[in-house]
Amino acid sequence: MAGLTADTGGRAKALVAELRAYRGRPVTFMEVCGTHTMAAARSGLRQLLPDRVRLISGPGCPVCVTPVGFVDHALALARTRGITITTFGDLMRVPGSSPIESQDAPPTLALARAEGCDIRVVYSPRDALAMAREAPDRQLVFLGVGFETTAPALAAAVLAVADQQLPNFSMLVAAKTIPGALELLATAEDVAIDGLLCPGHVSVIVGPEAYASVVKRFGLPCAIAGFEPVEMLRAMHELVGQIQRGRPEVANCYPGAVRPGGNPKARQLVAQVFEPRDTRWRGLGVIPASGLALRPAYGHLDAAARFPVDLPAPVEPQGCRCGDVLRGAIDPVDCGLFGTTCTPESPRGACMVSSEGTCAARHQYRTDPS
Amino acid sequence: MCLATPMRVTAIDGQVARVESGGVAIDAGLDLVDDVAVGDYVIVHAGYAIQRLSADEAAETLSILQRLSESWPD
Amino acid sequence: MTITLAHGAGGRLSQQLVQDHFLPRLRNPALEELTDAASVGDLAVTTDGYVVSPRFFPGGDLGQLAVCGTLNDLVMSGAVPIALTVGLILEEGLSLAELDQLVDSMAAVARDAGVPIAAGDTKVVPRGSADGAFITTAGVGRLSADFHPRPNRVRAGDAVLVSGSLGDHGMAVMACREGLPLEGELRSDVAYVGGLVDALRAAGVEVHALRDPTRGGAAQSLIEIAAAAGVRVVIAEDSLPIRPAVRSACELLGLDPLYVANEGKLICFVPADQADLALSTLRGSALGAAAATIGRVEPGRPGLELATTLGARRSVRMPQGELLPRIC
Repeated sequence: MAGLTADTGGRAKALVAELRAYRGRPVTFMEVCGTHTMAAARSGLRQLLPDRVRLISGPGCPVCVTPVGFVDHALALARTRGITITTFGDLMRVPGSSPIESQDAPPTLALARAEGCDIRVVYSPRDALAMAREAPDRQLVFLGVGFETTAPALAAAVLAVADQQLPNFSMLVAAKTIPGALELLATAEDVAIDGLLCPGHVSVIVGPEAYASVVKRFGLPCAIAGFEPVEMLRAMHELVGQIQRGRPEVANCYPGAVRPGGNPKARQLVAQVFEPRDTRWRGLGVIPASGLALRPAYGHLDAAARFPVDLPAPVEPQGCRCGDVLRGAIDPVDCGLFGTTCTPESPRGACMVSSEGTCAARHQYRTDPS
Repeated sequence: MCLATPMRVTAIDGQVARVESGGVAIDAGLDLVDDVAVGDYVIVHAGYAIQRLSADEAAETLSILQRLSESWPD
Repeated sequence: MTITLAHGAGGRLSQQLVQDHFLPRLRNPALEELTDAASVGDLAVTTDGYVVSPRFFPGGDLGQLAVCGTLNDLVMSGAVPIALTVGLILEEGLSLAELDQLVDSMAAVARDAGVPIAAGDTKVVPRGSADGAFITTAGVGRLSADFHPRPNRVRAGDAVLVSGSLGDHGMAVMACREGLPLEGELRSDVAYVGGLVDALRAAGVEVHALRDPTRGGAAQSLIEIAAAAGVRVVIAEDSLPIRPAVRSACELLGLDPLYVANEGKLICFVPADQADLALSTLRGSALGAAAATIGRVEPGRPGLELATTLGARRSVRMPQGELLPRIC
């Protein structure tokens, strides 16, 4: 809910006061969830933190970490006769490859729609399924991006399509899983993290157990956080406490929704439909077994297989430092393109336009009105 | 990628629940959860229920919603 | 470069279109004021196009929207509306019954407001060239010497009030559209707010500025006034009146009610010592029952700032373009 308990302000003040009372060494916490990125930016949470407690954003936006080639692929399908693209709104303004010398705005699904391609924004894969049933003469392709929160919904949709034997629905899959990325972040030499704010709804699916190895192998304090800004403060307070006690663990600060064991049924459906695959993350390189691909039994629902297209080599935007932003190595304002060549209206990289991209959040909600 | 909302189940038809919050209703797939009954609160993401809220969390959600609607003039 | 939907969404791109493509070509003092209604002598003139789809939505229809929108623009500058014109662009295949309904709606609003639709035009375009019906309205009003709210009258210390709940219209329309299956208590607030303006005037409230927030939401209107007046406007997140259904719908789709369209509200800037009078005056009107004081003008760099529920402050920027639902 939108933080509207009568005592939210009071709880927040108390937590901020306790954080400000922290006198230990400066610490940096990372959140790895785009929704946390946005919640922090919209609430101005960082303003309230003392200097010695820093919150940085990591690769929490599944759209941002998806390499530019996925958008190129989606655009190629969008331009294919007979295909209707259905997508979450998050992808609409993310740029695809731009030729190096080009002055034109990079291509996006929004621009392709303006040019006449049949591209529809949906809230749920269920809506896309309904569209497919209502338009048997069109081939519907669903753009399946997301992390563990969304993968079960994608799996359920695939199972429904298979079950109903819908001939005109397929999925372009780019879903990813987080644990491998966490390990990379925990061991990165140039970005020191003292604690992890774990994503609340991913944790609903995977359970607190999923972070146990991060604690065990790297001694990294972990706190699962809900999405109200006051919940993020609570989780940060917990992380500070773990540091002071010298006992890192996985603390579940979102117990009403995150259960021990997570949601086994959701995970089982994902395992039934998808298999892990080594996948490239923008900024992090290839992470083993970090992507999801349709299992052979559902291969006929893979849009990439059903509609082979010629794709030129993907071109990441020049000077774009999305990768460094996504690793938490730099702040958005340190990227030379931020706010000048790269703005929400003419973005160079995904971080600036994805609805929860770190750069978009910083640009939209920055505190100095310049 | 975690936008999800607690919503109350008002009706169930097979694998699909009617869920509502603050007077807005949508259909949510129940494929990912078991033992959901009318009156339960579930967390809804991308049109699917991903978890049933615990009794405490449901009670807190209900009280927030009640306070919201009470604070509204009409 | 081509025109995209974002250019029509009322945010930064729309502004750029006006600044970079229209103004340089259409230079004249009336236009350059860039207010909702332009002053030409002692007349106020305004025009607007209405292309919303669906044409019928909970709480109203395109006809009501077209007349209310233009009348509202006129009264925001303190003008008394004198006459309206209506231009219809109809798609071949539109049912006459539906057309009659839209015209009935326009007539009802105009009649209640006491303003004649004095002239009109109709064109029909081939099937596929228009989405059923597009309506363009123009309005003429007489400016008052003694009541002419405009941004340059805004002063530090002024209170900012809104006449009611934010985001009703945009969410009601979005709920109707394909792919976003929200149902429930979402109703457009489409209404002519002339009565509210008359009430403020009759109560003797010194109204510095008025704006009816439409596309781009309350945020856009407040940013525009702040920029035109060269002042810093600070609004409090906790004070924004938002109906529970709108709040829920926005949360579900990841939208911010500050950026969602309204069609029957006004924002007013009044001296601090008249805030209570203005509030009770608005609340005394049927349309203003949920009016609230949402902020004030503070010294500092021009712009719009939000004091968040958490107790922090952050800038509110122009909306980027089309409102897109998200799941992240």
